Amino acid sequence: MRAYLDAIAAGYPTVSPALVYLIGMLAFGALVVFVFILPVAGITSWVERRVWARIQSRIGPNRVGPGGFLQWLADGLKNLLKEDVIPAAVDVPLFRIAPYVVVAGFVAAFVALPFAGSLIIADLNIGILYISAITSLVVIGILMAGWSSNNKWSMLGGIRSATQIICYEIPVGLSIFPVVLLSGTLSMQGIISAQGWAPTSWHMFHSPFLFVSFLLFFVGALAEGNRTPFDLPEADSELVAGFATEYSGMRSLLFFLAEWGNLYVIGVLVSTLFMGGWQVPHFTDNGVVLAVAQFATMFVKAYFWVFVAMWVRATLPRVRVDQFMTLCWKYMVPIGLVNVVGTATMMVVLPQGSIVLRWIMVAMTAAILVQFARRVFFHLRRANYGRLGRISEGAA
Amino acid sequence: MQFDYANILVFLGLGAFLCALMMGLGALLRPSNPERAKLTTYECGIEVEGSSWINFNIRFYVVALVFVIFDVEVAFVYPVVTVFKQWVADGRGLFALSEIILFIAILVCGLVYVWRKGDLDWMKTIAPAPAPAPGRTDAAAPGGRVDVAA
Repeated sequence: MRAYLDAIAAGYPTVSPALVYLIGMLAFGALVVFVFILPVAGITSWVERRVWARIQSRIGPNRVGPGGFLQWLADGLKNLLKEDVIPAAVDVPLFRIAPYVVVAGFVAAFVALPFAGSLIIADLNIGILYISAITSLVVIGILMAGWSSNNKWSMLGGIRSATQIICYEIPVGLSIFPVVLLSGTLSMQGIISAQGWAPTSWHMFHSPFLFVSFLLFFVGALAEGNRTPFDLPEADSELVAGFATEYSGMRSLLFFLAEWGNLYVIGVLVSTLFMGGWQVPHFTDNGVVLAVAQFATMFVKAYFWVFVAMWVRATLPRVRVDQFMTLCWKYMVPIGLVNVVGTATMMVVLPQGSIVLRWIMVAMTAAILVQFARRVFFHLRRANYGRLGRISEGAA
Repeated sequence: MQFDYANILVFLGLGAFLCALMMGLGALLRPSNPERAKLTTYECGIEVEGSSWINFNIRFYVVALVFVIFDVEVAFVYPVVTVFKQWVADGRGLFALSEIILFIAILVCGLVYVWRKGDLDWMKTIAPAPAPAPGRTDAAAPGGRVDVAA
């Protein structure tokens, strides 16, 4: 983004560069926030409901717009018109500030998220460290919301959420280390540049350690995003709505905006760290076409993980508090430490990595995926629901 | 450099602006009819029992302490893993590797300590209770319960 602004500033020598930078930053920021983040977070809510519906043999929201596509706008409008109830017992300043902190922390993560090779707001040299730090602002917001509500459910939800997010930051950090070891940089674009477009050059398939790291990272990221099976903070069946119990209308929607948007952040992080990010074969010299292809690649990869998160949410039951503690500290942290040492050892023994090992890893993953697809089709045939993809109509 | 970090401020501001915009738009459109019953704290429809700002389980505090120790560790390892590749290229890989292993070994000692102390279990048991033997227990048996009612 800096390069674009430099070019513009060179075109207007009479205007001071600082002014050009300021206007440019605000313009690009507003573009990302209002044209990208808001629709992506909103549409994710609709996609999520449709995906769950299909998984549960229902139809889901399909009335507003083609296929129910405009449902998210209708929901937003409805929440805009809802009364903003602030109970008498709450701590009003904290209660009002909490959604601001949550949304600001989530939006700020997009500064260092790469969209394509040349499209990134600021390629910070501490990119991944910055992202893992700034997304922790969400904890503070959730704790503020939970405490200030002066409600037993909110209090429990807020504290549980804080515990969960801080616990899972350790395994997430430990699973980022092997990637940083291989890339030798913390910058997001640097990490992507250390990989290639082919699966054999992705960090994920470098060695078994990296593959386990990838699994740890995804599980930990789900836990940090308060997603099922780690949705203890807003466990509907035990805590009403957790930290958001006393929030109504637009205020509660802001929390969920951050949650849905966070799914996309998780997707981008997984594909950046482990799956080669926006890397595409260099098929053309046209910069614009290449940028569009890179953007599409990144978006598809990221959204695939968003889809997997929805799938997990529709499939798995919630864990108990003692189970998430055990999973985090007694399994994920020791495995994460082994991963760091193992990757470092491997880099000393084989500084260039092993292409044979990479091919074996890719082949094994492909075999598992093929076997999984065969199982799915086997059960679909046995279920006798008619044509694939027409399950809801067939079942009716 | 400053340019990159100025962007963070801009985004934090835009995030807050987004919230303010939505709340402000809503303030023009939404009704506001507060009444006493509506403003009570939600407690499943029954009368509210006391405040929620009370002492809560100490377990959360212990977990936060353990977290702080390990998060400081994570913060210390970040710079080391960043330069590791360069060190391997310079032929000092074995030295760096032994330092990483030493550092992580000390950490593992800490992890083993809190694990053995039982601070990683949600329900901490101070002294392990003897397993009750099936059926009637003999009072003379070691660790057996004395059945008073019998």
